Amino acid sequence: MTQHPTIELKHLDNLWFQVTGTLCNIACAHCFNNSGPNVKTFGFLTIERVREELEVAARLGVKEVAFTGGEPFLHPQLLEMLELSLTYAPTTVLTNGTLLSDRVADRLAEIERNARCSLEIRISLDGYTEEMNDAIRGPGVFRKALAATRRLSERGLLPLITIVRTWGDDEEFPTLAGFVRVLQQAGYSRPRIKVLPSLPLGRELIRTRQQDESTLTEEMLEGFDRDLLMCSNSRIVTDRGVWVCPLLVEMPDARRGATLREAASGYELHHHACTACYHYGTICSNVSAQIEGIGLAERKP
Amino acid sequence: MNKIALLGGIYSNYRALEAALADAHGRGADAIYCLGDLGAFGPYPDRVYPLLRAANVQCIQGNYDNSLAEGLADCQCGYTDPRDNYFARLSYSYTFRNTSDENKAWLRTLLGTRRFTLGNRRVLLCHGSPRKMNEFLWESTSPDCFLEYLLNLAQADIVCVTHTGIKWHRSLSGNRHFVNVGVLGRPENDGSTNVWYTLLSADSGAVQVEFLPVAYDYEALAADMRQEHLPEEFIETILTGWWTTCLEILPHKERARGRF
Repeated sequence: MTQHPTIELKHLDNLWFQVTGTLCNIACAHCFNNSGPNVKTFGFLTIERVREELEVAARLGVKEVAFTGGEPFLHPQLLEMLELSLTYAPTTVLTNGTLLSDRVADRLAEIERNARCSLEIRISLDGYTEEMNDAIRGPGVFRKALAATRRLSERGLLPLITIVRTWGDDEEFPTLAGFVRVLQQAGYSRPRIKVLPSLPLGRELIRTRQQDESTLTEEMLEGFDRDLLMCSNSRIVTDRGVWVCPLLVEMPDARRGATLREAASGYELHHHACTACYHYGTICSNVSAQIEGIGLAERKP
Repeated sequence: MNKIALLGGIYSNYRALEAALADAHGRGADAIYCLGDLGAFGPYPDRVYPLLRAANVQCIQGNYDNSLAEGLADCQCGYTDPRDNYFARLSYSYTFRNTSDENKAWLRTLLGTRRFTLGNRRVLLCHGSPRKMNEFLWESTSPDCFLEYLLNLAQADIVCVTHTGIKWHRSLSGNRHFVNVGVLGRPENDGSTNVWYTLLSADSGAVQVEFLPVAYDYEALAADMRQEHLPEEFIETILTGWWTTCLEILPHKERARGRF
């Protein structure tokens, strides 16, 4: 049997909240945790739970907080939670952008203005035409997401547009130029873009009919910066306990405990999805957060 | 020793370095330290080395220095945006070609950190963060709880870093301080052409952090850069004070303050 490496939680850099569980108002063809309307594998978190875990995380010296789902803006207290979270650490919210009305955009701008830490709003797009995008994300989503980027941009917010890579290397420049053009035409004058790899999980496995079931070995991690693996620096809080990383929430063995305090134990990386983190490293973090690090062994002169 | 000058990334801006050294001497700095990234972005990389030696500036290694010294393929800033990558590569290959073997060998001898006592405060100097040479510590993404963690990890009362290009200072519990000293290499994306360095003093425990603007002949630097066929985008930054490249690493607040 293959020996898989075990990764300990070195430090909690990133605290995630699966704030609306797997409930989403749309059902993307490539969703890695099978979120969608009426999908209740995981449920909503209360603001009290969020507050408790933020307190614990702050004592551990957390660096960043992120809210995901499902669709976080389905939570009636999301704005309050973002405001609260920003008093502790920089905060990111991952959204499909379909629920960002003028009223919500006004509140987000106000929350951002009053915070010392950065608020990052990540909006997913999967194509720079309505046809390309809505084939994956569903009818009407393209227009709503573009309207959201305009609303935010008009209020001085610069959302990070996240795009799952579905093109070849030689199409990189024209594809990204296409996104920039469309976003600018929609009223987002200086778009910020983050490209994500497609993940071999959930509906994406079925969509791409992937057969590859390779897993990580100790040999593969030789000379590799293990700090790049999310399990070494992240945990995600759900209504059913705390998991090792956002990608593995559907894997029962990746649950580390009921609360953050009980969730520090290491994890054996035997899942196929762990190879995605190994290959791409920066999947879940913001653009600037995680890169291959240069260690600082202090040499004495 | 109780007053020191801290220079951030120089990025080959030898003209700003000359001005900063004169200013620091004028203010009676007991010692001058540079927190790394001597080359990058600007013209004639070899011109900063004699200035540093003549002024007895104590240097630590930055990620750019590490790349040059080890002959690596890029600067280890971790860009993923193809446009940022294009400019980063251009800049790195120019700097690599124009840094002498002797200077590369010297960069290799630099340490990644430096420790000393100032007043009764334990100081740690490093380039990015106390745990990684190339970790970006921005004001808006470095919460107090995380900085306290880093100070504990570093076993220091004052930690000074650079790497991001924008200065900030945070006072923390127990008279401890975290300082990003800014950079001399390029203006800090605020529409002003001056650059910055930092004076740190600790007299019998009272810590003072002073950010000092450095005015220099930026038009002459722009002319040097044109002479060396460096990209117009870089020259625009020097002439206007707005960043035009390497923008993807900026968190929301810092990005929103800029023009691009």
